[in-house]
Amino acid sequence: MRTLIRPAITLFILLSIVTGLLYPLLVTGISQALFPEQAAGNLIERDGKRVGSRLIGQNFTDPKYFWGRPSATSPYPNNAAASGGSNLGPLNPALKVAVESRVKTLCEADSGNVTPIPIDLVTASASGLDPHISPAAADYQIGRVARARGLALEVVQALVAQYTEDRQWGFFGEPRVNVLALNLALDRLRPESRP
Amino acid sequence: MTSHAWLLLGLFLLVLLALVKPLGIYIADVMEGRPTWALRMGSSIESVIYRLCGVRKDEEMGWLHYALAIVLFNGLGVLAVYALQRFQLWLPLNPQQMANVSPDSAFNTAVSFVTNTNWQGYAGESTMSYLTQMLALTVQNFLSAATGIVVVIALIRGFARHTAQSIGNAWVDLTRITLYVLLPLALVFAVFLVSQGVIQNFAAYQEVETLDVTTYEQPKLDVAGQPLKDDQGNLVTEPVATQTQTLAMGPVASQEAIKMLGTNGGGFFNANSAHPFENPTPLTNFFQMLSIFLIPGALCYTFGRMVGDTRQGWAVLAAMTVLFAVMAVAAITFEQQGNPLFTGVDQAANATQAGGNMEGKETRFGIADSGLFATITTAASCGAVIAMHDSFTPLGGMVPLVMMQLGEVVFGGVGSGLYGMLVFAIMAVFIAGLMIGRTPEYLGKKIEAYEMKMTSIAILVTPLLVLAGTAIAVMTASGQAGIFNPGAHGFSEVLYAFTSAGNNNGSAFAGLGANTPFYNVMLAIAMWFGRLAVIVPVLAIAGSLAAKKRIAVTAGTLPTHGPLFVTLLIGTVLLVGLLNYVPALALGPVVEHLMLWSGH
Repeated sequence: MRTLIRPAITLFILLSIVTGLLYPLLVTGISQALFPEQAAGNLIERDGKRVGSRLIGQNFTDPKYFWGRPSATSPYPNNAAASGGSNLGPLNPALKVAVESRVKTLCEADSGNVTPIPIDLVTASASGLDPHISPAAADYQIGRVARARGLALEVVQALVAQYTEDRQWGFFGEPRVNVLALNLALDRLRPESRP
Repeated sequence: MTSHAWLLLGLFLLVLLALVKPLGIYIADVMEGRPTWALRMGSSIESVIYRLCGVRKDEEMGWLHYALAIVLFNGLGVLAVYALQRFQLWLPLNPQQMANVSPDSAFNTAVSFVTNTNWQGYAGESTMSYLTQMLALTVQNFLSAATGIVVVIALIRGFARHTAQSIGNAWVDLTRITLYVLLPLALVFAVFLVSQGVIQNFAAYQEVETLDVTTYEQPKLDVAGQPLKDDQGNLVTEPVATQTQTLAMGPVASQEAIKMLGTNGGGFFNANSAHPFENPTPLTNFFQMLSIFLIPGALCYTFGRMVGDTRQGWAVLAAMTVLFAVMAVAAITFEQQGNPLFTGVDQAANATQAGGNMEGKETRFGIADSGLFATITTAASCGAVIAMHDSFTPLGGMVPLVMMQLGEVVFGGVGSGLYGMLVFAIMAVFIAGLMIGRTPEYLGKKIEAYEMKMTSIAILVTPLLVLAGTAIAVMTASGQAGIFNPGAHGFSEVLYAFTSAGNNNGSAFAGLGANTPFYNVMLAIAMWFGRLAVIVPVLAIAGSLAAKKRIAVTAGTLPTHGPLFVTLLIGTVLLVGLLNYVPALALGPVVEHLMLWSGH
C-alpha cells in the first residue's frame, strides 16, 4: 500500500497541472490567436454599443420585431446567466396551459392570421437561449411585422429569405432563421423606427 | 422518421466505423508501449513523470495492486474536487465571485466527476468559478476517462496473456492514455469547437443592451427585505422592466472537448450541449455525437488487436451497433410524433420546420439530431444533452432510460462500456455452455466459478443500486419532495435519476429537484458503487484470466466472432436488462404513454 501512495499523489498533481492548467491555457492561446471573435462569444455591436451575441437568443414581445422561441429561464426569459429548459413532461397540465397561452398571444397580435402556428414558436427551447426559429415560424410572423412597421409584405419576405440559413453544408441540422440578426436588419431598413 | 433522419443516422455510423480501425490501432500501440512516433516524442516527458513519481515503468502489478492504485487515485480525485469547490471564493479565477459550494453538493459533484458520471445537481454558470471548472472538473474529465480505459486494457491483457501474474502498471497506463490519446484529441477538437463559436475566455460575464424591453414579475420585498405575502399567503409581485442581458462566459471549449471525448457529459453551463456557447452549430453537434462514440468504438478494435484476433472486436462492435441503431430509430420516431394534446399548432415536419415534439429542443437541431443525440449520449455513458429529456414523449424518453438500464454496454463509457460488454460476453458463453453441456470458454480461457461470481457481482450491482435507490426515494418525504412533474412522469424522474447515477451516465430528467442533501448523498452512493463495485470485480477477472493457461481451439469450441455469438450477446444484454427493469418501466413511461394517447 505504501508503495502506491507516493506515485498516486505525485501523478495526480502532475496530470492535474497538465490537463487542468496547461491544456486550457494552450487552447485559450490558440483560440485567441486564430478565432478571437468566436472565443469572445460572437458579440454584436451597434453604434458602438454591445447589443448581444449572434448565438444567444433575446426576448422579443414588440409586434414590430420577429419573436423567438419561448424561454423558460428564470426569473425572466432568455436569461443568459441561467440557461435551461422548462422540463415540463408531455402530460403536465402546465405545459398545455403554457402552449395555449402562447397561441392566444400570437393570435391576438395578428388577428387576421388563421394558419396553424408552427410548433417551435409556442414551445420552450432546451437552452432557453435558442437564437433561431424555423423558417415556418418566421413566415408566420411576416404579416404582423410588416403591418407594425408599415413596410410592404414583399420587403419583409425578401429580408426573411435573405436571413434564412439552409442546413449546414446542405445536410447538417435544420433550416433556421437567426432572430436577432433578422431584427437588427429590420431596424437598419428604417432607422427612424427604432425605439 | 424523415428521410433526412435516416441519412443522418447512416452517415453517422459510416464515419464512426471508418474511424474505429485507425484509432483502435493507435490506442493498442500506445498501451502496449510500442515505440511509435508518439511514444518516442513523449519519452522524455514520460521519464520525468516516472522519476518524480518513483515509478519504474517496466515493473508490473498484480490485479489487487492495480485495483488499489485505481481506487487510491480516484479517492484523491474526490478530495481535490471537493476541496476546490469548498474554497473557490478565496481562490483565483473567480470573476463572478461564486460562493463556496455547499458540503453536500460539493460531495455529490466530486463523486460524480471522478466516477465519469458527471451528474450535475448544480447549474454551472451560477455555481462554479473558472478555476473549479478547469482544475477540478476538466481534470476529472480526463482522469475518469483514463481510469475507464486503463481498466479495460487490463482486462484485455487478462485475455491476451497466459500464466502471467501481472496485468500492467496502473501509473504508466494512466499517464500514457492521458498524454498520447486524450490530450491530443481534446486539443484538436477544442480548437475546432472554437472555430464554430464555442467560447474560450476568462472574461467576466458580459452585459449587453438588448433590442427589446423585457418585463417580468418579481416578488415584492418589505422593508426588512423579506418577500411580501397577501392575505391568502400568495407572494406579492411587481412588474419590472429590463433591457440588459448578462452573457455567461468562461473557458468552455477546452472542457467541452474532453467532456464529449471522455464520455463525461458534465456541461459547463446548466443547459449542457443545448447551450449555443457549448454547441453552436449543427456541425459541432455532429462532431460532438461522433466524439462520444469515437473512443468506445475504437477500443473494440484495440481489443481484437490485443487478443490477436480482430474478428473478436468486430463481433462486439456489431452487437453494440445493432442495439444502438434500433433504439435510435425508436427515439427519433417517437419524438417526431409530437404531442396530441396541443390544438391550433402545426407539428408536421416539412421543408420549413422540423415539427414534432419541440418542447425542450433547439431549432438548429430539430427532431432528428435531438433523438439521435439522446440515444448516443445514453448508449454511451456520456450524459450530455442537446434536448431536455424530461420533456420527451413518454416512449421517446424511455429510450434513454432503457439505454442506460442495459448497463451502459452499448458503446458505453470510454473503457467502461467495453469492460461491461466483455462481462456480458462471459455471461453469454456461460449460458451457451450450460445449454450445450460444455465448460464455457472465451478467447481460449476457461470460464470457471470464480469468474462467474465476479461477473454476477459486476452485472447485478447496478440494478440493485438503481431499484433500491428508487424505492427508497419514492417512499420517503425527502425523496418525493424533489419530484417536479405530476403523475407517472414524476416516478420516471426518480427512476431516471438513480438509473443515471448507478450506471454512471449523468443525464437527467432535469425537472427533478436533486440539489438537496437527500439526493446529493443517495446519488453519490449510487455513483461511487456503480463505478468501483464494477471496476474491482472486472480487475479480479483480469487477474484470474491472466494466470490461466490458454486452451486450444477444438471442434467443440463455440466460435465467438460470428453472427451466432453476436445474437447470443445481444440476447444476453436484453434478457438481463429486461428482467431487471420491465416492472419499473411499466409504472413510469408505459403508463404515461397510454394516458397521453388515450382518446386520440
